[in-house]
Amino acid sequence: MKAKHQRLTLVLLALVALIGAGLLAAYALQDQASYFYTPSDIADRKPKAGQAIRLGGMVEEGSIERSVDGVTVQFIVRDGTAQQMVTYTGITPDLFVEGSGVVADGRLDANGMFVAENLLAKHDENYIPRELEGIDMTAGKHKTETLVQ
Amino acid sequence: MHAFANPTRFLTLAKPLTLWFLVAGLVLVIFGSIYGLLYAPADQLMGDSVRILYIHVPTVWLAMGGWSAIAIASIMQLVWRHPLAAVAARAVAVPGAVFTALGLITGSIWARPTWGTWWVWDGRVTSVLVLFFLYLAYIALANASGDKGGVSRVTAIFGIVGAINIPIINRSVVWWNSLHQPASITVSGSSIDSAFLWPLMVNVIGFSMLFGAIVLMRMRSILAETKVEARLKRMAAE
Repeated sequence: MKAKHQRLTLVLLALVALIGAGLLAAYALQDQASYFYTPSDIADRKPKAGQAIRLGGMVEEGSIERSVDGVTVQFIVRDGTAQQMVTYTGITPDLFVEGSGVVADGRLDANGMFVAENLLAKHDENYIPRELEGIDMTAGKHKTETLVQ
Repeated sequence: MHAFANPTRFLTLAKPLTLWFLVAGLVLVIFGSIYGLLYAPADQLMGDSVRILYIHVPTVWLAMGGWSAIAIASIMQLVWRHPLAAVAARAVAVPGAVFTALGLITGSIWARPTWGTWWVWDGRVTSVLVLFFLYLAYIALANASGDKGGVSRVTAIFGIVGAINIPIINRSVVWWNSLHQPASITVSGSSIDSAFLWPLMVNVIGFSMLFGAIVLMRMRSILAETKVEARLKRMAAE
């Protein structure tokens, strides 16, 4: 075996070991490296009331209810199978709309209601231009169902 | 590949190529950016902040491409002992780090109006930050080794080991729940409307050419430095 081939085999073996180690590490990190829990994760694990967790999912269509004080909002976050009621007091991000992604920091209260302290909007991978020139931001937002194909 | 193992032959090709890459890259980036900033439509949800896409996507892609190039060059250095491989790897490191920083900064500016925060520790953002630190470590190692314009074998091994982060960055949005959205442009197509997509592609090609021009310039300057050093040594010996 030529020295060059020996070095090539060595590098290839090292690469295989490296990729294997990386995959194992990524697999082991599966839970810890996730930025948030989905409603089904919460349904499975049943975290204790008062424990700080981060919840992420889609805002259910038609579920946003603003209360009379004007700053408290209640909505349902869902994934494919489970759903979770969330309440939040504060200013919601611009991209917080029904049918789009949301991530909330907070904790469950005794009644199973998720009390959020902080809301982040998640953008999805779709980029769609505003179809009409001069359409204003708020009008566009509340008509997402009709704009998204 | 060994046809270009001779630095003189490499330089005769690199000199005109640097200029062409630089000019074509600048023209494309200026055109793509002006079009993207002024004429491309606003996004229905993100509004005008979608325009950061035209800088963010090319810089982050090149940041990942840069480390992939370092890893390939490192393998060529270790296995085939190609004399220019180490020079190329060293030349990629600094622009790679700068492009990673640009990607992080533009991402942060986009995140503030879109997500509602400047920074999150989700899988994607954190793994790109790790890439930035890997670049800094690589630059420090390369500077410490000073191997006739190239890099030491330890640095090359570090370049290969660090490449494990590239597939992790790519898969981070699939393996783990992350705030960063999954890829819009995949082998099966694009979920970016064509009105955004074509100026983006102009900028991707333009930035790639600029990146290439910077790498060629740095390779030429590293080779020139080695030449000066060799000549000084010869003069001192006479």
